[in-house]
Amino acid sequence: MEQAPPDPERQLQPAPLEPLGSPDAGLGAAVGKEAEGAGEESSGVDTMTHNNFWLKKIEISVSEAEKRTGRNAMNMQETYTAYLIETRSVEHTDGQSVLTDSLWRRYSEFELLRSYLLVYYPHIVVPPLPEKRAEFVWHKLSADNMDPDFVERRRIGLENFLLRIASHPILCRDKIFYLFLTQEGNWKETVNETGFQLKADSRLKALNATFRVKNPDKRFTDLKHYSDELQSVISHLLRVRARVADRLYGVYKVHGNYGRVFSEWSAIEKEMGDGLQSAGHHMDVFRGYMCRYASSIDDILEDEEHYADQLKEYLFYAEALRAVCRKHELMQYDLEMAAQDLASKKQQCEELVTGTVRTFSLKGMTTKLFGQETPEQREARIKVLEEQINEGEQQLKSKNLEGREFVKNAWADIERFKEQKNRDLKEALISYAVMQISMCKKGIQVWTNAKECFSKM
Amino acid sequence: MEGERRASQAPSSGLPAGGANGESPGGGAPFPGSSGSSALLQAEVLDLDEDEDDLEVFSKDASLMDMNSFSPMMPTSPLSMINQIKFEDEPDLKDLFITVDEPESHVTTIETFITYRIITKTSRGEFDSSEFEVRRRYQDFLWLKGKLEEAHPTLIIPPLPEKFIVKGMVERFNDDFIETRRKALHKFLNRIADHPTLTFNEDFKIFLTAQAWELSSHKKQGPGLLSRMGQTVRAVASSMRGVKNRPEEFMEMNNFIELFSQKINLIDKISQRIYKEEREYFDEMKEYGPIHILWSASEEDLVDTLKDVASCIDRCCKATEKRMSGLSEALLPVVHEYVLYSEMLMPILSVCFNVKGVMKRRDQIQAELDSKVEVLTYKKADTDLLPEEIGKLEDKVECANNALKADWERWKQNMQNDIKLAFTDMAEENIHYYEQCLATWESFLTSQTNLHLEEASEDKP
Repeated sequence: MEQAPPDPERQLQPAPLEPLGSPDAGLGAAVGKEAEGAGEESSGVDTMTHNNFWLKKIEISVSEAEKRTGRNAMNMQETYTAYLIETRSVEHTDGQSVLTDSLWRRYSEFELLRSYLLVYYPHIVVPPLPEKRAEFVWHKLSADNMDPDFVERRRIGLENFLLRIASHPILCRDKIFYLFLTQEGNWKETVNETGFQLKADSRLKALNATFRVKNPDKRFTDLKHYSDELQSVISHLLRVRARVADRLYGVYKVHGNYGRVFSEWSAIEKEMGDGLQSAGHHMDVFRGYMCRYASSIDDILEDEEHYADQLKEYLFYAEALRAVCRKHELMQYDLEMAAQDLASKKQQCEELVTGTVRTFSLKGMTTKLFGQETPEQREARIKVLEEQINEGEQQLKSKNLEGREFVKNAWADIERFKEQKNRDLKEALISYAVMQISMCKKGIQVWTNAKECFSKM
Repeated sequence: MEGERRASQAPSSGLPAGGANGESPGGGAPFPGSSGSSALLQAEVLDLDEDEDDLEVFSKDASLMDMNSFSPMMPTSPLSMINQIKFEDEPDLKDLFITVDEPESHVTTIETFITYRIITKTSRGEFDSSEFEVRRRYQDFLWLKGKLEEAHPTLIIPPLPEKFIVKGMVERFNDDFIETRRKALHKFLNRIADHPTLTFNEDFKIFLTAQAWELSSHKKQGPGLLSRMGQTVRAVASSMRGVKNRPEEFMEMNNFIELFSQKINLIDKISQRIYKEEREYFDEMKEYGPIHILWSASEEDLVDTLKDVASCIDRCCKATEKRMSGLSEALLPVVHEYVLYSEMLMPILSVCFNVKGVMKRRDQIQAELDSKVEVLTYKKADTDLLPEEIGKLEDKVECANNALKADWERWKQNMQNDIKLAFTDMAEENIHYYEQCLATWESFLTSQTNLHLEEASEDKP
């Protein structure tokens, strides 16, 4: 069960602060408080606090996968896979775990959870889900979502996803996440009631911001480039790995054919009756070794799939990084627009007050055409503008503050992410080496035995 | 030089040594001596058949040579190794060393062809010199083979590499093709040199030593090969119907040939396929390492690890290349040669004399004999002539039988040895490959653990 994730027993850190992420918590509040939370992440303080969802350490596992049929939104029959999520709380004193919750979820619900987290925690690098469809397949693996190997790997990926969230100092305290693990029925409605879809930034807006922002924080620009590079290099690596796996499979399997030839030959040898010392017997033994060699590739490549999945997780993390960068660009752009707007209003006001027209305005044009406005009208307009300027200045201040908070918090999480990434990738590369070593040892054994067969013939 | 002395030499390959009496100290099935004596018997038989003075070197130890005690085909498994006599490549006993190398392209107005340099070193008295260097083209090899088949219709002549490769050749003379052919031609000449009878063939000597013009004038002598063969094949075909007494042992040989041919062809296909798969694996692996280097350019903290992984992959890549070349040096040419042998041994495909053809020839002789016997029983006339003729024919049949049997035994022995060695070689190549890769990755792992320990100790105050 706890195979792929390098840290199988990520446990929830009980939060010393008020849990956030409740449906009503505003984004601003979330940002402010989490800034403090981030600093606490490594304290491992075990105090029980009020309003905390978990009083003890917990273990999460996605233990089973099951094929189900049901009716979808359009009342058509569909087949899907459901995953059993079990939550256990661990007693401190004797380390025993007790099952506290167990429910079934399907992939689309995981997607919903993630979408929600993306909206409410835009400054966090939200852990990615395992792939929806099998990609980077080599010929043996089917690209079918119902394929048991694919389902199994996805089960592990989903467990990893939950464990990542549970071990994140901020995300773990989210109520919707808590409900995801504990409330089977009605959870979807609860999520939708938060109205998070409405709060989401439109893609168009974000795209616009990316192109037009003038002064984004350089660190985020660099991060964006890094995430592009990471995505590109890991994709390339996974593609080539799939091809290498394919070829390796071929080499091993063809050797199995030797087995068949020799087994037929040995049958005839044996008929001529030499008993155990005969060449026929040794051929049989050789055949056994060749068959074993040929089938050993299946296990070898299965192990490698886990390695590939570890890399894939970081491939998808690249997109999560980019999401944070986009949010920053959006906020920065917003800020720049607000500043620009304020500046232009101030200018307008000044012009009205001093009577000089330095900039072109429609009002000025109509005034020229239809006559000057009365002093009262002008006063009214100045007053309105002054009010707007006031408001604008307030808004700018708070936007500035928001922006700076965002950058600070986001960067803290990014640093955390970087360390996690370095650890995980290093471990993955080492595990790759371990796999290669095991494969070589098996190979040496088989061929040493095979060589002996021939020497005895 | 051969025969008994060879039988008592311990073979160098680590196979259990064969004594003069054919006893093997270890492994192998307990067949007392019969196979051992067959080799010597062959010498004796050839003595009678060929009547060449050179064969005095064969031991005439009467206790080992008893034609009458020669047992028919052993009802044992064809591949049981009972006597480890090796006939080739005993360095201290060989007196004829041949190499084939330096392929060169020759362009004339009519054609383009390749010649190969053949260097012969020998200590034999009948050779005018101790070293010869000549150039020969494939046609010359074909001529030589034809002459050998003509002169020794009951012996198994080594196969020549194919004239053309059937599938997938764009250029007739690409480098791989030439190299494969060169190796096969080298094998061809050395097999002849190692054959107790063929090695003393006059045409063989001329082939190795004559200058180009000498060879072409020599070639012009005697009736064309094809016409001779054609006659015999036609004669054989017509005589086949009359054969009554085909001995049991040749049926067994026939069955073995069929089985062997099937198996060796399969093994050839499988081996070629393995080579192809390994090549494709190698091609993909070449790309795999450099990606890690590319990656290391954007990762500050993982640079060393990624670079190390890349270099491990590259080293494994090189090991694969070596494994491939090992395969193409040892297993592939040996298996392929025996495919060619099996083709010769099967009646359907061969044009030239082959064992079955030899058997047919023998059968033809037998048929002649049978018909003569019939004639004898029904015609009482010409009684003086016929017994003599019958006698001659009987002798002929006997000789053909024995020559074939003896050469057949020798061929089988060699085949078993060669195949065994080739597979042992392949196993060794694989072991070596995995050992190299293992060492590479283990040292990577050690360096990572050491690094980790270093870092941990640095963190401590």
